[in-house]
Amino acid sequence: MTGSPQAGAADERIKETSFIRKALIRPELGGIVGTIAVFTFFLLTAFDSGMFNTQGVMNWSVVSAQFMIIAVGACLLMIAGEFDLSVGSMIGFAGMMIAIFSVTLSWPVWMAILLTFVICIAIGAVNGLIVIRTGLPSFIVTLAFLFILRGFTIFFPQTFERKTIIGGIKDAAEGDWLAPVFGGKIGAPIFHWLGDMGIIGVFERGTRAGEPVVNGIPMLIVWALILVAFGHVLLTRTRFGNWIFASGGDAEAARNSGVPVNRVKVSMFMFTAFCATVFATCQVMEFGSAGADRGLLKEFEAIIAVVIGGALLTGGYGSVIGAALGALIFGVVQQGLFFAGVESSLFRVFLGAILLGAVILNTYIRRLITGER
Amino acid sequence: MSEPIIQMNNIQKHFGSVIALAGVSVDVKPGECHCLLGDNGAGKSTFIKTMSGVHKPTSGEILFEGKPMSFEDPRDAMEAGIATVHQHLAMIPLMSVSRNFFMGNEPVKKRFGINFLDQQKADDITMQAMRKMGINLRGPDQAVGTLSGGERQTVAIARAVHFGAKVLILDEPTSALGVRQTANVLSTIHKVRDQGIGVVFITHNVRHALAVGDRFTVLNRGKTLGTANRGEIEYDELHDMMAGGDELAKLVPELGKQGQ
Repeated sequence: MTGSPQAGAADERIKETSFIRKALIRPELGGIVGTIAVFTFFLLTAFDSGMFNTQGVMNWSVVSAQFMIIAVGACLLMIAGEFDLSVGSMIGFAGMMIAIFSVTLSWPVWMAILLTFVICIAIGAVNGLIVIRTGLPSFIVTLAFLFILRGFTIFFPQTFERKTIIGGIKDAAEGDWLAPVFGGKIGAPIFHWLGDMGIIGVFERGTRAGEPVVNGIPMLIVWALILVAFGHVLLTRTRFGNWIFASGGDAEAARNSGVPVNRVKVSMFMFTAFCATVFATCQVMEFGSAGADRGLLKEFEAIIAVVIGGALLTGGYGSVIGAALGALIFGVVQQGLFFAGVESSLFRVFLGAILLGAVILNTYIRRLITGER
Repeated sequence: MSEPIIQMNNIQKHFGSVIALAGVSVDVKPGECHCLLGDNGAGKSTFIKTMSGVHKPTSGEILFEGKPMSFEDPRDAMEAGIATVHQHLAMIPLMSVSRNFFMGNEPVKKRFGINFLDQQKADDITMQAMRKMGINLRGPDQAVGTLSGGERQTVAIARAVHFGAKVLILDEPTSALGVRQTANVLSTIHKVRDQGIGVVFITHNVRHALAVGDRFTVLNRGKTLGTANRGEIEYDELHDMMAGGDELAKLVPELGKQGQ
């Protein structure tokens, strides 16, 4: 009666894992639990504050989507075993490049955007190649680029325009075919219809009276969802995804098995740069300006979202869905405390507590799955 | 027995002024377990690296299936059918067994013109291959980190066999294992041999070698001291040869004195 299941026949061991346990024990569990906890908290404390009406939802959705875009890149890179601390500076740099090309040099906006993407992805590749060639920790290499890129982001506008913020991008983007892909909104007719039906709020007076307050889904959110879906499928459903895990899990073992580790790592650095540039382009198109201080500390926010989502800092383990949930938690907490009327300085306390809780839970889950000690 | 799959004749390997191999001859026949014994520094590692294409021999010839062969890199050797299971396994503990099994050789299926990972196929083949080796996994998604050392060796061996190894080089597979796990690995070697694969079993444990070996070659100071068939050689004899024969004989009385 008391015999342990291990001692029995092999068939008994196979039944050991219950279905529920199997469904629950997954890398995203920490993120799922955190998301439920955060939403429960704000539904109880801030339900009447407008946080869950259309504008409120749009408010924290946009902030979460911003985190998601950079978290996807950071997540895949971290699973591949590397860090990129230059993400925040890359965001500022990319925005400034678009502004300089389109406003200072008066090039078409589409050309400015495409050229910026090429430059930033190339810088990502340089980051990766230096890490691969020198064998230095990516932490140090990208820390150098954090300063280099930020320096250029301040230097260029000061040299060309004698200021650190370049505006006028909205005017330049007028009628451009590529700009709306980053700065536009979709679903406007649906929101107008919802406004007419009285399901969502409309402006009561002013020049826009009768129009819905929320008149479409920003492309920023669309980009976030596309990148999350892309990252998740790439990681879990393709051979390249398997190589990402392998490169981060043990680069030497992966190489011995014929995985092109260097190619995987460099392309993940490039993908992280791509995500940062998407973020920057959306931001620049929304604000109509580029500032030298944009993107400060974004690299850490991305890493925090990824870690809340269950990824292992040393690589080889993680989930894009988890990272997306981490970003959602981040965004909801940041905006939710404002709605709940909590003193804004407490945001950091809250965030620190969530980070710690999530990481402890994730470590426990990971040990269950992988058997590491 | 049939013709050898691979013949290494009078292999020499020099690294600068260091002579790591000074004329080693070994051949491996299909379906046999050829044990390569030697103390640390005897040249075992250099020899198997030469066999698996990591090093090119300074002189000597390699005949693979009767034809002279020169491997440019390990990939060449692998494609020819020489698989190496290293002491430090090419195995990632955080990843599942099936993902490890197919690492670098993932099966794909086309959907909407894009190549997706064929997880179902990978899982099925992994479970089947592991069952053949006598290991019942909890599931193909079980992480390798949850397996014992012996089971990990078996996954690595099963993987090499699945990907068409004709010669399987096992580099000290039992050196870090407990008694029961060693027994499991030895029985895996036995199963692999029965499939007609030539096994090169590197070890410095004579007992393990005698348990499964068909032929025994002893390496000492970069030279082959000779090859013996099963039943023609005793434990003590092998053991003495490994340590350089006379040297150990001289050592033994002195050690004995200290013990008293």
